[in-house]
Amino acid sequence: MLEIRNLNKSFGALKVSRDISIEIGPDQCHALIGPNGAGKTTLIHQISGVLQPDSGYVALGGQDITQMSVWQRVQAGLGRTFQITSVLPSFSVLENMAIAAQAKAGSSMQFFRDAATETGLNETARATLDRVGLSDRADMRASDLSHGELRLLELGIALAADPKFLLLDEPMAGLGRTESAALITMLSQLRNSLPMLLVEHDMDAIFQLADTVSVLVDGSVIARGTPDEVRADSAARAAYLGDGMA
Amino acid sequence: MMDRSLIVAGCIFGLLLALPILLPVFGAGYLTGLIIKAMLLAIAAISLDLLIGHGGMVSLGHAAFVGVGAYAAAIGLESGIENILVLLLITLAVTGLVALVTGTLALRTSGVYFLMITLAFGQMIYFTLTSLAAYGGDDGLTLWSLATLFGSDVVQNGGGLYYVVLGTLLATWWGIYRLSRARFGRVLRAARDNSERAEVMGFPVRRYRLVAYVIAALIAGVSGLLLVQHAEFVSPALAAWQRSGDLIVVVVLGGLASRNGAILGAFFIVIVEEVLGSFIHEWRLIYGPLLVLLVLFAKGGLSDLFAAKPVRRAAQ
Amino acid sequence: MSMTLFLILCLNGLQYGMLLFLIAAGLTLVFGVMGFINLAHGVQYMVGAYLAFFFLQLTGSFALTVLLSLGSALLIGLLLEFFVFRHLYHRSHLDQVLATFGIIIFLNELAKVLFGPTTLSIAPPELLSGSIQLTETLRYPVYRFVTIFAGLAVAVALFLTVSYTRTGMLIRAGATTPEMVSALGVNIQKLFMIVFGVGAMLAGFAGVIAAPIFAIEPGMGDNLLIVAFVVIIIGGVGSIGGAFMAALLVGLIDTLGRSLATIVLSAVFNPSFANQIGPALASMLIYILMAGILVFRPQGLLPAKGGA
Repeated sequence: MLEIRNLNKSFGALKVSRDISIEIGPDQCHALIGPNGAGKTTLIHQISGVLQPDSGYVALGGQDITQMSVWQRVQAGLGRTFQITSVLPSFSVLENMAIAAQAKAGSSMQFFRDAATETGLNETARATLDRVGLSDRADMRASDLSHGELRLLELGIALAADPKFLLLDEPMAGLGRTESAALITMLSQLRNSLPMLLVEHDMDAIFQLADTVSVLVDGSVIARGTPDEVRADSAARAAYLGDGMA
Repeated sequence: MMDRSLIVAGCIFGLLLALPILLPVFGAGYLTGLIIKAMLLAIAAISLDLLIGHGGMVSLGHAAFVGVGAYAAAIGLESGIENILVLLLITLAVTGLVALVTGTLALRTSGVYFLMITLAFGQMIYFTLTSLAAYGGDDGLTLWSLATLFGSDVVQNGGGLYYVVLGTLLATWWGIYRLSRARFGRVLRAARDNSERAEVMGFPVRRYRLVAYVIAALIAGVSGLLLVQHAEFVSPALAAWQRSGDLIVVVVLGGLASRNGAILGAFFIVIVEEVLGSFIHEWRLIYGPLLVLLVLFAKGGLSDLFAAKPVRRAAQ
Repeated sequence: MSMTLFLILCLNGLQYGMLLFLIAAGLTLVFGVMGFINLAHGVQYMVGAYLAFFFLQLTGSFALTVLLSLGSALLIGLLLEFFVFRHLYHRSHLDQVLATFGIIIFLNELAKVLFGPTTLSIAPPELLSGSIQLTETLRYPVYRFVTIFAGLAVAVALFLTVSYTRTGMLIRAGATTPEMVSALGVNIQKLFMIVFGVGAMLAGFAGVIAAPIFAIEPGMGDNLLIVAFVVIIIGGVGSIGGAFMAALLVGLIDTLGRSLATIVLSAVFNPSFANQIGPALASMLIYILMAGILVFRPQGLLPAKGGA
């Protein structure tokens, strides 16, 4: 579904992506782990379109998206969540969903019809709110939500646009134990129908969700396999032990 | 809350509609002229509020489009074109083109850079107008013949210009009202709230902002055209950056993203200038500190007094 | 066109550039360090010029006038900082624009009330009132040379201060990572006051040295302010070096353009067309330059590190 082929990126003399190739099939959840500074964020930026790779390409569902800008990739079906929560704070929760749905439902260069009364958008928005369990928050301002609810809203925004693929950047960041568990349950339901790339530190989440794992160190993938294989891999262990994580 | 703003608008427009009938001085000029002036200011301010209030784009060169519109109309008149509809098309074409070019460049940036660049482009337009020696240069140009509607003087001061301006104000109010609630307005507000997120929702933010910028410029241009009909005179002063500052004052005074506020703000400014100015010639000595105090102590703007709707702060 | 004229134009351009630099330097620092957009910066230039007029009337000594004017400009800057600007640092740029716009309106009107709406002028000091024979046909006023050197001296002093002193280090740090500076426990309030005061004084100084050359009138700082904005966009916001380079560039291009555009155009087109278009084109040149920078080098010529 998502194919990354021979991606290279340097900032001056610093090579942050070295010949990275990852292929994620349909209905597959692939996890990306690595110590801080391994180049995870740069890789995410190249997938989402914030940064252009020096060489190599990214394809989504067989379509080359390397040259596309951020919004074009979203239109092409790439959904993403941010490591640091990013929603529309002055919009209501429902409207956050509705505008995300709007992006995939025809042109938004519409100047006359009241968007709040578009039933198609509102139905998608409500259905998505249901999926992420925020239905009873629909009319609240997004800025009034708790941190855990914001993470859910963020996931909802990505889902409302009916993506083909989901890029999750540390979705568990800042969540408490129960909230994490709930989110993991939700994601494990999603992963049956939606391929995803999960960038995460939380090993529990990875073991429960991921089919395969890539370990990124110094801009290179040094190990890959099932979670169990990676756990047994000496190189991956060394990299993580060096970072203080067992 | 929205119905409340509709009620306030209903009152405002009802009053404006009835005013010429209520006022025995109609036709005598002075008061009518003052109201036309305020309405034209309100039209330009509502268009600027589309950028500032809804889009979070603080433009400090918006008056330049009033100037461009006015000069496009004036030059058309000087060239012998008298039909106001043709002049309208010329005004829209010229203003739109200028806005498209400057907007494309200015929107490569955002926030305070956008502010400085719109200020600079506004000044460029101002100086360009002053260098039009054939059309009066610095001093401006008095127009001896004015536009007609297929030969009728209904669009002139002696005819029904008051109602033409009022109609334009109403159309602007209604247009921006619809637009701000439509999909387009929603995207614009999303970009103001969090432009990165809007982009990652799949919206080409810059394109939406550019469209808003051009729409706002077109409306300002139309107000320039009508200003020519009213004042029977154009000068580069219309495009001076102080005029852009005045427009921002009107917008903020009225409360952001509030069309009623912009109208009230415009009337307030025109009345203050007129009343304060008639008491003391140096009214600016009071007006300037008043602005500072307004920023320091009163935050909601005039529309808050009328409780139209909560005011949103512009994005940084 | 003669070589002499060209040389004179270049010197005038250089001198205009220095003036722009004095104004842009303060503007870019205040904006770079505090993120504060100060429209009233141009009016401080006007204040400087009027102060020079006032103190010269009072004392009759140019040296004393410069000293007193600088001190007063600094004082006025600090007062404005204390009563108004200080309360706006954390406000939206819209608020900052509005409040500083109010100050411009007030000070312009105040100048009109105190000194009248007509233009005033002062004579350059006796000692500097002559002119220097540069070539056989070229004489150039001493005073204008002095302004060029004064600008240069300030540029060097500023550059050394920003590069080598502790305050300068804080200014640079503040321009790139303001959170870092406050995290270090530096007294930000004091740093802001220093930067602001120096900025106001520089603009005032520009006004003082411009007073014997240009007309002193209400609103004289407004247009210069906008050109100063153009300068800092071209130079890169927060960068003293960038402001210096861009100020000279803008000064030269504007001065040369105004005199030469029509001449150059009439070499290609017919004279009446050139006369029509020349002045318009000349007044647009620096904005076209700015647009070009925005397209090809949006961060400016010499951006402050991490800025823009």
